[in-house]
Amino acid sequence: MKKQLLFLSCILLSVSLMAQVKISGTTKDKRGRKLAGVSISLKDSYDGTVSDSLGNYSFKTTEKGQFVIEAKLLDYTTVTQPIIIANDAIALNFMLKEEVSELKAVTVTAGSFEAGDKKRAATVMSSLDVVTTAGSNGDVTGALKTLPGAQQVGEQEGLFVRGGAGYETKQFIDGTFVNNPFFAGAQDIATRGRFSPFLFKGTVFSTGGYSALYGQALSSAVILESIDLPERSEIDASISTVFVGAGTQQLGKKKKWSYGVNYGYTNVYPYFQIVKQKPDYFTVPAFHSGEANFRIKTKKGMLKFYTSFNQQELGLRRPNIDSSTLKNAFGLTGTNWYNNISWKENLGKGWKMNWAGSYSTNYNDIFSQIQNQNNEFTTAGLWYIDSNNFSLKNTANVSQIKAVFEKRLKGISTIRFGNEYWHTFNTGKYKSYSISLNENLYAGFAETDVYLTNDIAAKLGARLEHSSLLDKWNIAPRLSLAYKTGKDAQMSVAYGDFYQTPENNYLFVSKNLGYVKATHYILNYSKINNNYSFRVEAFYKKYQDLIKTFPTYKNAGNGYAQGIELFWRDKKTFKNVDYWFSYSYLDTKRDYNNYPMQLQPTFAANHTASLVAKRFVMKWKTGFNVTYSYATGRPYYNLQYAGGTKYELKDQGTTIPYNSLSFSVNYLPNLGKPKAKSFIVWVASITNVLNQNQVFGYNYSYNGNIKQPITPPAPQFFFIGCFISWGVDRSQDAINNNL
Amino acid sequence: MKKVIILSFVLVNTFFAAFSQSEKFTAAMTATLDQMKAAKTSEETAAVAAKFERIADAEKTQWLPYYYAALIKARMAFTATDKDKAADEATALLDKADALSKNNSEIYVVRATICYAHMMVDPMTRWMKYGADAKAQLESAKKADATNPRPVILEANSLKNTPEQFGGGCETAKPIAEKAAKLLADFKPASPLHPVWGKEVVDEILNSCK
Repeated sequence: MKKQLLFLSCILLSVSLMAQVKISGTTKDKRGRKLAGVSISLKDSYDGTVSDSLGNYSFKTTEKGQFVIEAKLLDYTTVTQPIIIANDAIALNFMLKEEVSELKAVTVTAGSFEAGDKKRAATVMSSLDVVTTAGSNGDVTGALKTLPGAQQVGEQEGLFVRGGAGYETKQFIDGTFVNNPFFAGAQDIATRGRFSPFLFKGTVFSTGGYSALYGQALSSAVILESIDLPERSEIDASISTVFVGAGTQQLGKKKKWSYGVNYGYTNVYPYFQIVKQKPDYFTVPAFHSGEANFRIKTKKGMLKFYTSFNQQELGLRRPNIDSSTLKNAFGLTGTNWYNNISWKENLGKGWKMNWAGSYSTNYNDIFSQIQNQNNEFTTAGLWYIDSNNFSLKNTANVSQIKAVFEKRLKGISTIRFGNEYWHTFNTGKYKSYSISLNENLYAGFAETDVYLTNDIAAKLGARLEHSSLLDKWNIAPRLSLAYKTGKDAQMSVAYGDFYQTPENNYLFVSKNLGYVKATHYILNYSKINNNYSFRVEAFYKKYQDLIKTFPTYKNAGNGYAQGIELFWRDKKTFKNVDYWFSYSYLDTKRDYNNYPMQLQPTFAANHTASLVAKRFVMKWKTGFNVTYSYATGRPYYNLQYAGGTKYELKDQGTTIPYNSLSFSVNYLPNLGKPKAKSFIVWVASITNVLNQNQVFGYNYSYNGNIKQPITPPAPQFFFIGCFISWGVDRSQDAINNNL
Repeated sequence: MKKVIILSFVLVNTFFAAFSQSEKFTAAMTATLDQMKAAKTSEETAAVAAKFERIADAEKTQWLPYYYAALIKARMAFTATDKDKAADEATALLDKADALSKNNSEIYVVRATICYAHMMVDPMTRWMKYGADAKAQLESAKKADATNPRPVILEANSLKNTPEQFGGGCETAKPIAEKAAKLLADFKPASPLHPVWGKEVVDEILNSCK
């Protein structure tokens, strides 16, 4: 009987199979908005559909019994619902919750420019841009100067950001601080950075409000991230009007490790023979640079080691301003050894670890003397002239170790914390006086990225530091918020306190000083997609406890900077042309050093603008790049000791506006020749094409009767170079080994 | 005896069920492949991809429906606003196909297509990485099945779309396309459900490169 029943029910089931059941409903998000394109499926059957533009779906099924129905849409959490299908139509509505995802979520960007391929569409400047920006001469800092916030300071190296001096900007490589990022040089002549832009895959130029992971920078942080593994093995050689170089990078067969070695020699003697320089160089600037790197993939991470060694010399004579017959001679030899090791590891369960260590030692041997017309040492018997007779030997050692741990929380919210320790040891000899500074800086930091939804994110952090030299603590809160206002568009605000230990030249005189401090307030709006970037940012920065050198060395100074900045980049409007425009308005005053009152510092211009354009002409295999930079005149002062406890402003003025048009061409003759054994890049560039007069400020004679303009050593810089690489494509090896 | 009857009954039933299941799969795949050819709008195409995915999820052991779902998503990635995201979606589907059929020439071809989609986001800066990756995938595809015309078709198409200055253009693309056409003529799919596409692409290259 039982069996018969079973048989009967089987037949009935088969009959009922013929009858289709309709399943329909709506697909909406949490706020009741219609969702199109939601994939509805009856699990373990082929049946299902996709919801239409009105958020409705409907399909028929011949299945019967217990099933699970699923609603799925990219970026939304999948919803499943068990159902029993009988003979009646089923109405079922789905509500899907949006997932907070890294790609869709706002990023906290107030104050920073990110370069490189890291954040995809949010990229403002790619690594290639650094080397193809006319006027940058392949220097990272040179390219960053075309972005808003940076001043066109030509008489000193460094980035002068938002009313901050050059030493208020710090560079970090793979998380650790770089002590001497620029070559040493003579007064009033800017030098280049030591590191090639090709070392880095990403550059973040933060002009304020940056993360609690970085400290000891009052104004700005340049955060450089070195490349992981190179694309292929190759041998490189270069020759140019000022240097020759050769090197190699080797990528392991399974693309697990790589190493590289490079050597370069720069000597500007032939160049100086052709292009006359204003100073009389008795030792023409020459540099030896060697570098090596090793990178290896670990289990779930990467270990990188980089080392570089530089040796340099230069010597020059310039007329003494206080005497028509005397000259100032200046000579320098120096060495710099820089080492960086970093280890990133994914520990699983949402944990990441990042260790970094660096060690650098920098030695400079400087002599300065007064010379007569026969270039012989002499004294004038006047202290303000004879103070130029001195020798200075200085060694700076910096070791740093830093550990950062990161834990992914719910969604994409993250907490990050860690600590770092810097040991700085400076010793030197000024004339016959020995000087030394020994600093142990300890810092702990924590921050969290909180994503409330895809549209609202906050970054909250704090940094605690202790300096043994100052014997003081500081705690710096940092906060930024971002709110997505529309497609590709967002508003951000940032606030933060920033502390920095006073510069060594102050500390050599007095150790009884405290931290200098800046507080940043930033409001930002940006709209960025693949073709355009638009950004406008307003800021207010308050300086406290700046160092006054008169009447005594004290943290008695103060100041402010405020302004508004615009950035516009467009890769679309003109075919094959990529251009960007940046403008900065800056209002800043500070009372520091021997200033008798708050004054606009000599490195600050009120209006700065840059226009950069690049075009690659495929037919000629040639790229053309042009940069025009403009800045209004900068103030200059003659501050004179007025007796008692007073310095007074004897004279002041404003320089002529700064104009510079630069042009560069890159020609790639072997581009796209698949059979070519070498890849060649020819580069030719010229700065200040129009030969416009550039004055960066004035030096005054002791009595104040003579003022001399500070100008570049030569008005223009010409460069022609050829870079060749012979590559070994490892992709075929990789395939053979993996199969 | 009773046991034998029951056993044979069960056996026959199972066999029948298995047979009808494969019949059902073939029928559904054939219908969906027709829909794939007929689809015009992006909505229609997306619906076809979703259907392949449903079939794949229900079957659990068939690589073909995941393959087709991934192929459609990879092609859609070229016109998507967020190409990277669309390409990642295709990769997720392809990984499932790959898990069911290792070292499959056709799957390598779709991987290459996905690389090209990633490259299109910013060709100037991405060609070094994704161009090389795509090339590597196509080489793997050729190695896995030397008779498969599709890696050769993609190679020809990629060369045709590469500017002459970069070593592309008709001159280099045409001989490869001719080779692809020959492979295509000789190609016998393992079943009517297996991939056969590519003729339109070859014809287009050969037509425009006369």
